[in-house]
Amino acid sequence: MTTLEFQHVTKVYNVRGSGQLKALDDVSFSLTSHQTIGLVGQSGSGKSTIAKILTQLERPTSGTVLLDGKPVPTFGKGLRRYRQQLRMVFQDPFASLNPYHSIRHHVERPLRLDRVVPPAEVDAEVRRLLERVRLDADAVIDRRPHELSGGQRQRVAIARALASRPSVLVADEPVSMLDVSIRLGVLALLSELQREEGLGVLYITHDLATARHFSDEIMVLNQGRIVERGAADDVILDPQDPYTRELRAASPDPEKHFQELAAQNAGGAR
Amino acid sequence: MTTPAEKTVIIHPVGAGAPETAAVLTDGAGSLPPVRGDRTFWTQLRASTAMFSNAKSAAGLIILGVFVLVALLAPVIAPADPNAQDLTATLEPPSWRHLLGTTHIGQDVFSQLVYGTRGVLVVGFLATIMATVVAIAVGVTAGYLRGWKSESLSALSNVFLVIPGLPLMIIVASQFEDPPLWVIAAVLGFTGWAWGARVLRAQTMSLRNRDFIQAARANGEPLHRIILVEMLPNLMAIIASSFVGTMTAAVLGLTTLAFIGVIPVSNLNWGTILFWAQQNNAFPDYWWWYVPAGLCIALLGVALSLVNFGIDEYVNPRLRSAGERARLMKRKGMNANAAVTQVRSVPGADPTNERSDA
Amino acid sequence: MSAGVQTPVDPAPVDPTLVGTTAATTDGQRSRIPWRFIGGRVLFYVFTLWAAITLNFFLPRMLKGDAVQAFMARSRGQVTPEAEQALRTLFGLDKSVPLWQQYLGYWDNLLHGDLGISLSTGLAPVGEAIASALPWTLALVGVATIISFLVGTAVGAVIGWRRGSRLEALVPVTTFLGTIPYFWLGLIFIAVFSTALGWFPAGHAYEIGVEPGWNGPFISEVVSHAVLPVVTIVIVSLGGWVLGMRNMMLTVLDEDYITVAQAKGMPDRRVLWRYAARNAVLPQIQSFALAIGFIVGGTLVMEMVFSYPGIGLLLLNATNAKDYALMQGIFLVLVLAVLVANVIADIAYAVLDPRTRQTEA
Repeated sequence: MTTLEFQHVTKVYNVRGSGQLKALDDVSFSLTSHQTIGLVGQSGSGKSTIAKILTQLERPTSGTVLLDGKPVPTFGKGLRRYRQQLRMVFQDPFASLNPYHSIRHHVERPLRLDRVVPPAEVDAEVRRLLERVRLDADAVIDRRPHELSGGQRQRVAIARALASRPSVLVADEPVSMLDVSIRLGVLALLSELQREEGLGVLYITHDLATARHFSDEIMVLNQGRIVERGAADDVILDPQDPYTRELRAASPDPEKHFQELAAQNAGGAR
Repeated sequence: MTTPAEKTVIIHPVGAGAPETAAVLTDGAGSLPPVRGDRTFWTQLRASTAMFSNAKSAAGLIILGVFVLVALLAPVIAPADPNAQDLTATLEPPSWRHLLGTTHIGQDVFSQLVYGTRGVLVVGFLATIMATVVAIAVGVTAGYLRGWKSESLSALSNVFLVIPGLPLMIIVASQFEDPPLWVIAAVLGFTGWAWGARVLRAQTMSLRNRDFIQAARANGEPLHRIILVEMLPNLMAIIASSFVGTMTAAVLGLTTLAFIGVIPVSNLNWGTILFWAQQNNAFPDYWWWYVPAGLCIALLGVALSLVNFGIDEYVNPRLRSAGERARLMKRKGMNANAAVTQVRSVPGADPTNERSDA
Repeated sequence: MSAGVQTPVDPAPVDPTLVGTTAATTDGQRSRIPWRFIGGRVLFYVFTLWAAITLNFFLPRMLKGDAVQAFMARSRGQVTPEAEQALRTLFGLDKSVPLWQQYLGYWDNLLHGDLGISLSTGLAPVGEAIASALPWTLALVGVATIISFLVGTAVGAVIGWRRGSRLEALVPVTTFLGTIPYFWLGLIFIAVFSTALGWFPAGHAYEIGVEPGWNGPFISEVVSHAVLPVVTIVIVSLGGWVLGMRNMMLTVLDEDYITVAQAKGMPDRRVLWRYAARNAVLPQIQSFALAIGFIVGGTLVMEMVFSYPGIGLLLLNATNAKDYALMQGIFLVLVLAVLVANVIADIAYAVLDPRTRQTEA
């Protein structure tokens, strides 16, 4: 059981010419393995900042990040061990893979860096990982990213993230740039992997529907602050916070007919 | 955790199940072309020289190749020793004995031109290599670092950009009495690295924020690997373009310095030919002495520009396809600049070609 | 599981779509003149000037032998002891003074306008020699740059507008012209237009015997003598402007606001010049600053070829005579002139591009 904790994390950016931008304001939460937490919020609410701090691409201005109760080291072997435990899947499948290198290179690098398996077994492990994400290893392994579709690339990104056998996976809007028809497939894969590998997954999204579909718990982020947290169904079906209510009202409900909604909006003039 | 089947599914997939997974599981057929064997070194090399495979680059490289051959085979091609004087045959117009005539002391101009190619190419390449190495070191570092370190490197390269190059070259070159080749090349490189550095810095800065670099950093890749393995291959086109541009400037700079007389005349290149021509009043009558040398400089410049054009079109496909699309439309009688989509009245014609790429 | 709620404090109903974006947090004044932008640029130029001056100071000290000795030998005793001492101080060959003090002394001289003594023009002060030659060079560079910029940008705009037409052939032609060495083309022009056809004079700025001044004959002389040099510079530097403008036009024409303008029914000519060219020319103005260094270099060589009495000719003579004081003085003046031109270009850019004012906010 691994536990990842944010304790009173604040992140302030200095913007040239216009002062400071507070991206995160006293954010605290914890994430354990075998659990998926959905982090919901709009663009600019601070979701990506949380992801960057988790992967140590940014440092918090104040507050601490703890792994299993101990503060995360900021350099050296400790940092390396931490990085092995926590991996990220990025939003843009077209940008998160280096256009110059083959798929093999992408999945191989973390294996070699972290010495997950002895060098002789690296190739077999790469193939195993690719099969794990439901890709045909032989067809894909020597190709370059531009030869694959968006969904295939995202699967490669997931394989790369799994290579170091992490205990926590941060998925930063992993399906928002994919065609709607394939989103479910990728999410189903993530869900299956989470179950089988016992990962703790932080699923970051702006889409309430998939958050509910995929997570055990949901946290709602508004302007850098967590305004609500609870079981997925509770938060979506019975939101307490006014901001969460606004978010839910703004999502189209396929249960309701469009004309009903138009009449509703015209009648209840805002 | 409840399985998806039990929850109210808000996303309705288009087909049964997820088409993506199905296609992938069965076989890549239909979505992926068959794999081309193994990726050998040569196929990789072929792929990375794709930027040179269009017509313009090819033409430029061929011309460049001819010059290189001439330089290498100079003793074979040149009929005479360029410095050999023949006072009985001074200022002769072109003939079969002297393809480009003779100078005021009977030297064979054609031989001078051939041997001069060596001077131009050797110093040109050397200067360009020096300048490009410095440009990469400064530019990529400035692009990757942040804050004052990056700004100060950028200011350094901007200083060298703003200061006019030729006067600086003249000042520096004239400090030496009889500089060896590599010193001349160094002087040219000293004034020519700044442009490449600036371009590389801009490109590196934009690369640095790309997700795959962030992913590499998040995975704990060491800095030298990030720069050399992840970034540099993506910068190859820019570096190639910068190399070609710098070489053009170096060749022009070298010949100008030689013409002015700042570089000692012991280094034979096309510029020194023009220097002697001017010193001995070859203008305007003895055209065979001064016209070919200038033409050679221009031709080399053209070859390098063509290569640069080719690289530009490879990097920015918009430049290439804009003209082609417009010509295609024109041929079908349509105005390429019209804002509205044009409807053709010819029935049965295939409209799909005119639609611009999404 | 109970929800841990952190209720926000603001009472007013919040429109979620406006919340949490950076646009909401930045909120400043927009000043008409972007002082900060210009100020930053001026600071940079001051730094560049300092760098050039320091470079000028250190170069002879790093590389030279005893230049004064060589000069003394050449001039065979026609130099007074005071002049010799001045020369030694200038070149830092006076070992009695420590380096940093020499540096300060150098700056002191500069700020008093003392650029040293010119060895090749009869021991006149360098400043004088430069002052009489500078106006000619400035006129030549100025006229050539403006013509080249205007013509090149206009041609590039039209070529970019008419994509795929036969005008496209102009691009490789002008680029080819840009690879021709300035000096060679100048010599060819002299040979063709001056010696062979006799249309234009072969050199100098005006014939001897014509009274300098603001009178008709003098001005016409000046103009006719300037035609060939200016035309040469314009032809060679045209290519860069044409290519750059055409490429920018292609990028700009793909933008949606051009499509909107055309769809509104705006006449093509207006869209081309007022919308597309106006936006495409902005990066050109930025590269103007860089192009100036290039044009200055070309002009110097032009003067050497045409014996035009400007700084270029002065520099050539100074180089041949190994007159280091004059050479360094010329270099400094050139750097100063280029920097001033850059400032003007930056101001023009700041005025034309509204986005620079945005950064003030």
